[in-house]
Amino acid sequence: LPPRFLAQDESVARDVQRLLVQFQDEGGQLLGSPFDVPVDITPDRLQLVCNALLAQEDPLPLAFFVHDAEIVSSLGKTLESQAVETEKVLDIIYQPQAVFRVRAVTRCTSSLDGHSEAVISVAFSPTGKYLASGSGDTTVRFWDLSTETPHFTCKGHRHWVLSISWSPDGKKLASGCKNGQILLWDPSTGKQVGRTLAGHSKWITGLSWEPFHANPECRYVASSSKDGTVRIWDTTAGRCERILTGHTQSVTCLRWGGDGLLYSASQDRTIKVWRAHDGVLCRTLQGHSHWVNTMALSTDYALRTGAFEPAEASVNAQDLQGSLQELKERALSRYNLVRGQGPERLVSGSDDFTLFLWSPAEDKKPLTRMTGHQALINQVLFSPDSRVVASASFDKSIKLWDGRTGKYLASLRGHVAAVYQIAWSADSRLLVSGSSDSTLKVWDVKAPKLAMDLPGHADEVYAVDWSPDGQRVASGGKDKCLRIWRR
Amino acid sequence: MPQNDYIELHRKRYGYRFDHFEKARKKEARKVHKDALVAKKLRGIKAKIYNKKRYTEKINLKKTIRAHEQKDVKTVNKIHDENGLPSYLLERNENQRTKVLTNLLKQKRKNKVGKWNLPIPKVQALNEAEMLRVVKSGKRKRKTWKRLIDKVSFVGNNFTRKNPKFERYIRPSSLRFKRANVYHSELKTTLALNIIAVKVNPQSNLYTHLGIITKGTVIEVDVSDLGLVTQSGKVIWGKFAQVTNNPELDGCINATLLV
Repeated sequence: LPPRFLAQDESVARDVQRLLVQFQDEGGQLLGSPFDVPVDITPDRLQLVCNALLAQEDPLPLAFFVHDAEIVSSLGKTLESQAVETEKVLDIIYQPQAVFRVRAVTRCTSSLDGHSEAVISVAFSPTGKYLASGSGDTTVRFWDLSTETPHFTCKGHRHWVLSISWSPDGKKLASGCKNGQILLWDPSTGKQVGRTLAGHSKWITGLSWEPFHANPECRYVASSSKDGTVRIWDTTAGRCERILTGHTQSVTCLRWGGDGLLYSASQDRTIKVWRAHDGVLCRTLQGHSHWVNTMALSTDYALRTGAFEPAEASVNAQDLQGSLQELKERALSRYNLVRGQGPERLVSGSDDFTLFLWSPAEDKKPLTRMTGHQALINQVLFSPDSRVVASASFDKSIKLWDGRTGKYLASLRGHVAAVYQIAWSADSRLLVSGSSDSTLKVWDVKAPKLAMDLPGHADEVYAVDWSPDGQRVASGGKDKCLRIWRR
Repeated sequence: MPQNDYIELHRKRYGYRFDHFEKARKKEARKVHKDALVAKKLRGIKAKIYNKKRYTEKINLKKTIRAHEQKDVKTVNKIHDENGLPSYLLERNENQRTKVLTNLLKQKRKNKVGKWNLPIPKVQALNEAEMLRVVKSGKRKRKTWKRLIDKVSFVGNNFTRKNPKFERYIRPSSLRFKRANVYHSELKTTLALNIIAVKVNPQSNLYTHLGIITKGTVIEVDVSDLGLVTQSGKVIWGKFAQVTNNPELDGCINATLLV
């Protein structure tokens, strides 16, 4: 008998269909050549094959997608609902998952009193070593994380501290108040650094530092205010470098992108794109029909953490070691990894209950409009690997959208009042949300459902943050106490 | 003033006077007039105190009456906090919708009829002589069946006049408008939008049909450049607005969007 017949007998005996597959990465690049696999192959075996093709030293955990559906149990099961063309080569898209796993926080380890008025903003430093909080009692407080006790109290503002922002190297903290003043603090001594930056006529709505890979000295910070202007400040000289005017109403959100562009969203329904180094207006993105409340960039997390790699985090958070040049290169490589092939993507949420996905460096028309929320959207955030967008809204739900196309993925329901703020864990698998109903909830994004419910606050939760090393979550609210949650 | 409960005891033993309740009711009814008389006659500091007391009483009375009348109360309070608010809560109002449990059927019927919460709920009725001016026609200029519309009107894009010989209502082209200045109460801006149609003129159906726009008319405007979108993703291109001025006196149509 010819060998062909024998081979046919074998597969007939096994009674399993075989398919031609080709691995493809998210950007569309093909990996290896097409080969055939039995239809009942599982994700583990696919992972072995893919890792072998990628030829990396350490095997990466991977997730596989066929026609936007994830392969969970076996290839056959996923294809059951779809039309399988055995003639053509099937494209399987592989997505590398984060190597490290962040565990869900389960308990409140400490409730830090100290502020005499509501805690308005909370932020971990880029390495997770320091924690800072701004409050309505006009002080900024630093907290020691190893002992979970107060560290420094910084007095200097004369009105509520509305927003705080860490410089990407973790050595300075900028805080903006309701009088329009910006102060800089040193976390290791608790003292003010440099001069008070005054110039805005109304309150500060957002602060954003220049990215680490653009300038490792962390010299420039941009601030947006209710008076409709954006100012770029030189922190070493202590003066205003540039004033960007153009918005007709309050600027609600500000982001300094990694490509040298500055994005500002405003209540006049537009988003303006500026060139950071000379302050020229590049583009105006129009489309929203009510105030634009919030914005997020796909590379936000990489810009926030700079040269710090969450996978290399240790139990005791350390300052970054190495020369400025080394750190700058590390930050740049991390930024390029998250950015991928295309330009940065921007998602904006508004009072008109919809979100827009833009590619602002290329086009002034939006990529998609994401509808579905039933009340205004308070915050949007890209996941650290920029694959998923989460939007928190006053309609008590959080919606997940695909980060590349804007397609709706899932709704996370559980809160009983408006969801105010959300924070992603560093491995993009977990999401924590703080709400007006005084609880925090940790959500598992893969099987979109509730992972942990964290009650404990006595009143509304105004701010949440997840530390970049994944160990702690900090939350503060109207009940004036700051809570730290750990595993 | 009784120093003990001998009055109650007497009432328990022998009952009330035969006209007791009648007298009490009438006395209470007269009290209103008596108080008014006292208010008129008092002078000086006593008058001030008395009038102040009456004023507060009247306010409370009006409040209770209004509370009873309202079925769906939407009070808008500014979120007030001395402690400190995050920037996303500054300048926001708390919409407290207190829906009193009413007859569900009544609510449904109201929605069906299409009753809106209009900014101008009632409009003064206009004389027909004001709206329509008589135009004399015919060889001897004695025929008076033609009317000239004195108010502003809206005619659609594809409007052509009827044969002038048979035209009963004349809409002068100088008083035809295509755009309205529409005020959006949440955005607090005024936009110049095109009119799509006249929905309803509160004066009469005839005026609605003719497209006459007076104060209080509900018009449909083209809001496609605002970019409004329904939940399912469909674009809203027409919304209702109510006219708030007298367009024939001002030369422009000002309206408020019914959000």
